[in-house]
Parts: sequence; C-alpha cells; structure tokens
Amino acid sequence: MHDRSSLTEESSPSLPLSAALAALSGVVVLLVLAYMLISTTSTALPVFSSQGISFITSSEWNPRQGRFGTLAFIYGTAVTSAIALLIAVPLSLGVAIFLSEYAPRWLRGPVGYAVDLLAAVPSVIYGLWGVTVLLPLFLQPAADFLARYLGFLPIFAGPPSGLSYFGAGVVLAIMVIPIITSLCREIFATVPDDERQAAYALGATRWEMIRAVVLPRGRAGVVGAVMLGLGRALGETIAVALLIGSAVSIDASILRPGYSMAALIANQFQEATGDHIRALVGVGVVLFGFTIAVNMVARLLVWRFNRP
Amino acid sequence: MLAVVGLAAAVVAVWSASCGGNSELPSAGQATTQTSTTSSTGPTATQSNTSSTSGSAAKLEGTLNGAGATFPQPLYVEWIGEFQAMHPGVTINYQGIGSGGGIEQFTKMTVDFGASDAPMKDEEIARAEEASGAKVMHIPTVMGAVAVIYNLPGVQEVKLDPAALAGIFMGEITSWNDPILASLNPGVSLPDRAIQVVHRSDSSGTTNIFTGYLTQVSPEWAEKVGKGKEVQWPAGIGGKGNDGVAAIVQQQVGAIGYVELSYALESGLSAAVLKNKAGKFVAPSLESTSAAAVGVTFPEDLRFSLSNSEGPDAYPIVGATWILAYDKMNDANKAELLKAWLTWCLTEGTSLAKELHYAPLSDELRELALNKVALIGSF
Repeated sequence: MHDRSSLTEESSPSLPLSAALAALSGVVVLLVLAYMLISTTSTALPVFSSQGISFITSSEWNPRQGRFGTLAFIYGTAVTSAIALLIAVPLSLGVAIFLSEYAPRWLRGPVGYAVDLLAAVPSVIYGLWGVTVLLPLFLQPAADFLARYLGFLPIFAGPPSGLSYFGAGVVLAIMVIPIITSLCREIFATVPDDERQAAYALGATRWEMIRAVVLPRGRAGVVGAVMLGLGRALGETIAVALLIGSAVSIDASILRPGYSMAALIANQFQEATGDHIRALVGVGVVLFGFTIAVNMVARLLVWRFNRP
Repeated sequence: MLAVVGLAAAVVAVWSASCGGNSELPSAGQATTQTSTTSSTGPTATQSNTSSTSGSAAKLEGTLNGAGATFPQPLYVEWIGEFQAMHPGVTINYQGIGSGGGIEQFTKMTVDFGASDAPMKDEEIARAEEASGAKVMHIPTVMGAVAVIYNLPGVQEVKLDPAALAGIFMGEITSWNDPILASLNPGVSLPDRAIQVVHRSDSSGTTNIFTGYLTQVSPEWAEKVGKGKEVQWPAGIGGKGNDGVAAIVQQQVGAIGYVELSYALESGLSAAVLKNKAGKFVAPSLESTSAAAVGVTFPEDLRFSLSNSEGPDAYPIVGATWILAYDKMNDANKAELLKAWLTWCLTEGTSLAKELHYAPLSDELRELALNKVALIGSF
C-alpha cells in the first residue's frame, strides 16, 4: 500500500522531463520558423537589394530583363481573398447558426460531418473541379451576366473572363466555407443553454435570442474562425493558379484575369534559375510577411472584441 | 494494340537482319557474353547476340538517366520503351522537368543526357564544359510546330499574317471583326466578338518558339516583349501547360492561343493558317513542319533556328528539340549505350515519331545529327 508522499515522489521526477520535452518542442517550432525566415530572406537578399522598394511597388514582372515587381501579385492575393471572405462569411455563419440553433437533432450530425469532410478535400481537387465543372457551368455565365447588367460599375467591367479574380474568389470561398462553418458551429455550441433559456424567458423569439445571446457570446471566436479561413485563402496555391487566369496585371474589374503570389511561385519555380528563383523566394517572403500582418490584425481584432 | 506489337516485331526483325550482316565482328567479347548467358533461356541469348551492332560492346546493358524538355517527352518515353524491349538489360529513365531544369541537371552532371527545346546559350555551354571537361553537343531529334488555335464556332478557316498575329498577342487587335483580320479573310464572316488571348503561365519551350517567331517578324514585339521561355505578356490569360491552354481555348468562344502541333491535332480545335516568309498561307501539319528544314544552312554546332524559314511550303512557327550530350563521358558503358539508343532513335525510331505527331528531321539534318552521335565516347 502506497502512501501519498511516495506517490508524489514517484511522479515528481518525471515532471521536469515532460516539461523539458514540451519546452523543446516549443523551441524547435520557433527555431524552424526563424530558420525559414532567415534562409529565405538571405536567399532573396540580392534581388531585394537590386530591386529596392520597387519589388513591392512595381507591377512589372519580367524575369528575362531582371525586373521583378510583385504589386500585381500582392493585389491579386488580397482581392481574391477578400472576394472569398465576402461570400464565405455570411454563408458560413448561416450554416453554423442553422446547424446549432435550427436544425433538427437528427440532421446536425450528418450535415456537420459532411462540412468537416469538405474541409479535408485537397485543394487540387477544388481547382480541377473549378476549371472543368464550375467554370463552364457557373463562373463564365455568371461573369457574362455581371458584365452585361452591372458592367457600368468599374469592378464589373468587361470583357468578362471566367478565369479571373472572381472565379478564383468563388472557388476559394467554397474551400473556406467548411473551415469557418465548422469552427463557428463548435463556438456556438459552447454558448450555455441557461442563457438561451433566459432570453426565451424574457420573451425573445428564436432569432432575437440568437442576436442577443449566441452571436455576442461567440464574437471573438467567430473572428478567429474567419481569420483562419482568410489564412487558407491567402496561401492557397494550386486552385488559384488554375482559376485566376495568370495575367500579370492590376485590374479594377474583378471579372478580369489576374495573378496571386502563391500561384506565381507554383507556376514559375520549376524552370526558374538564378535571379528569377531568388525573386520567387522573395515573393514567398512577401507572402509570409503579408500573412503575419493579417494574423496580427486578427489578434488585434480578437483582443478588441474581448474587451467588455 | 496489335499494330503496336506488329511494329515492334518488325523493328526487331529489321534490327536483327541488319546485325546479321556484321557477322565478321570481333567475337572475343561476344563469346564471353554468350557463355555467361548460356544458363538463361534461349530467347535472351539470341537477343544478346543480335544487339551487338558496334564492335566494342557485345551486349547492351546498364542504366541511363536523362531529364529535360516536356515537349518531346511522350516520344522519348516510347523510344525508351521500344529500345528496352529489344535490350532487356537496358534501363533508360527520362524525367520531363522542363528544358531549363534539363540544362541545369546536365550541367551539374546529375543526368547522363539532357534535353531542351532551346539550344544552350554560350555562357551555359561554357559553364557545362568547365564543370565536365568535355565538349557539349546538341543533337536534334525531332521538329515541332506551334499551332495557333482558336475557338470560333462556324468559322471554317482563319488566315493570319505576321503583323496580325503580333497585333492580336500585343492586345492591339481586340475584336474578331477588326478590319485587319477582315481584309486577310475575305468572304469569311468573322463575328463581333472580343478576342481572348491565351498564353502559357508556366515557363515553356513552346513559348520560346512562339515568341521567338514574333520577335523575328514584328519589330514592335521585339522591342516591347521579346523572346523567352516566359515573357511579360501584354495581353491575355495564362494556362498551365499545353493542355491548360487548349482547355481554356476549348471552353471560351473567341479565345485564341498557341500549343504544340500534336495538342492542336488531338484537341480537334481549328488552327489558324499562317502566312510564311515566301508569302504563302500554310496550315500547320507534319509535312509543313518538315518543310521548314528544307534549304536551311545548319551551323556546325547544330544550334540552328527553323523559325520563319525561307522554304516555300514551310510553316513559319517551327522549332527543333535537342538531346544534350557530352562528347566524353566518365563511364564508357554509358557512352556506348547512349550512342546506340540515339542512333536507333534517329533511324528506326522515326516512324514512331510520325505516329505521335512529331515531324522527323530532314535527311540532311539527320546525317548531321548522326555524325554528332558518333562522336560520343568516354575519357
């Protein structure tokens, strides 16, 4: 029979070991991140110094003449991600609210499971499906329609192309929806039932209860979920490469072809040599910085929302 | 399927017949090979016997690694398959990693031969020769054409001259019923539709041939865009690979793009008829591609260009593809193997090339290429 003291004595020596292991894992992650950042930056340094600020302010990308300006790609990454979020956020919130508040119990499991499954589909499949099915069936007709009836607005100016910021944005939205939905559903499920009942007791309808209790309670979590979705949209490579049209240009119209940072790297690194490949690594560094900036904004938002 | 088997059988038959004539070859090596293979089955022994064409190696065996251009990859894969079927001891690996990658790996000598749709530049050759201590040789294998495909339902044939083609890809001619296009195509009712230019988004030898042609024929293109495996396109959208471009053109009415001839033939899309240097409108085909090599003077190093050829029946946008090899290799066995394979490709292999929509070299060029192959040796 063991007494208490021997038990603690037995377990205490293992504590420093596990703590050390945990600390080591943490340090390794930091080291890998730092190493990536340093090695990519140093690889790209000659191009950074030869191009100067024009690396991010010029939109002329001409490897043959050694001119590397990435503005068009930064613009394309930002625009496609913004389109994706504009479509995905309302839809995802709708699906999540439906699943947590409205759906009959027998439906929640299967639909929730299907949403989670969609989040796990590889992006190349979304891209291929987008090009072969969605492009002729929806993207091109939708682009034609928008240009015909809303073409007077600069953002819908023609001639419309299915392979465009819009086309890439729509497919990105479809990829991002399951992620945001899945997280939001979990967040809404954590809202205590007591508070829901309290709202009903005060005479709230179901929608009023959702607005007064569920959404405010989950706000910080929802922002986090959206930011995670945005992270995926910003870094998505192959689906965007297949759908954005790969034209190095900055166009106000979302129905025109463009280019994104990740798509550029995927398209060009294979046959790149010399300064060209350094410039592509530099694009990676810019994308890295862009993602960090977005994450910081997200943390700031979460922090602000969390304040009473 | 039967046809392929039959062809293989015929090739093997021709092969053994041609070897039969060389029966007075020095047979010391042969004898040892035969005794060493007596334990194996009969057919293998026969094959090892028939494969000894050139005196030095009695039996071909070993492994060759090559990498490079994707354009000839389907053909090289077939050539390798046929050759390996005839020589069971031989393994040849070919990776289609792109011409740029092929030159790089060839320079670093991580492969035994490279392959490229564009000849190596002088400084690239200098680097490779410095690293290897051997001379770099360009061995042309087949020729290819770049077809300009378009999607205009109901329009049978579109004729383009160099200025119109450059104008379209510059983004200056933006509609199919532009007066310039109308004057080139009298009697054809071209629709009032926006032209959607489609180009390659990845780095490609096809782009190099296409932009090389435009650079030759259009001063404006030469000044503003130029020639390269990837260029800064003034207009249009990009598709990944030949099939990517073909797919976009297929899906978008009004689209125009450029692909290798074989993709144009296989996709069933209409290809524009182009005005050549002699002033004649020529449709892309294997014959008009081969016609581009007629009447051309080839430089000694075989780094030639067939673009905008003077030949009266020549299709104007034509290029060749090259195998890159060193005249001295570290491994004598590999040198023999490469020599035997390339000789076979350029002689018996040509019928296979035609089947796969590649234009074989003209007789004159083939002689020059075989002369280069004969120089492959070891240190």
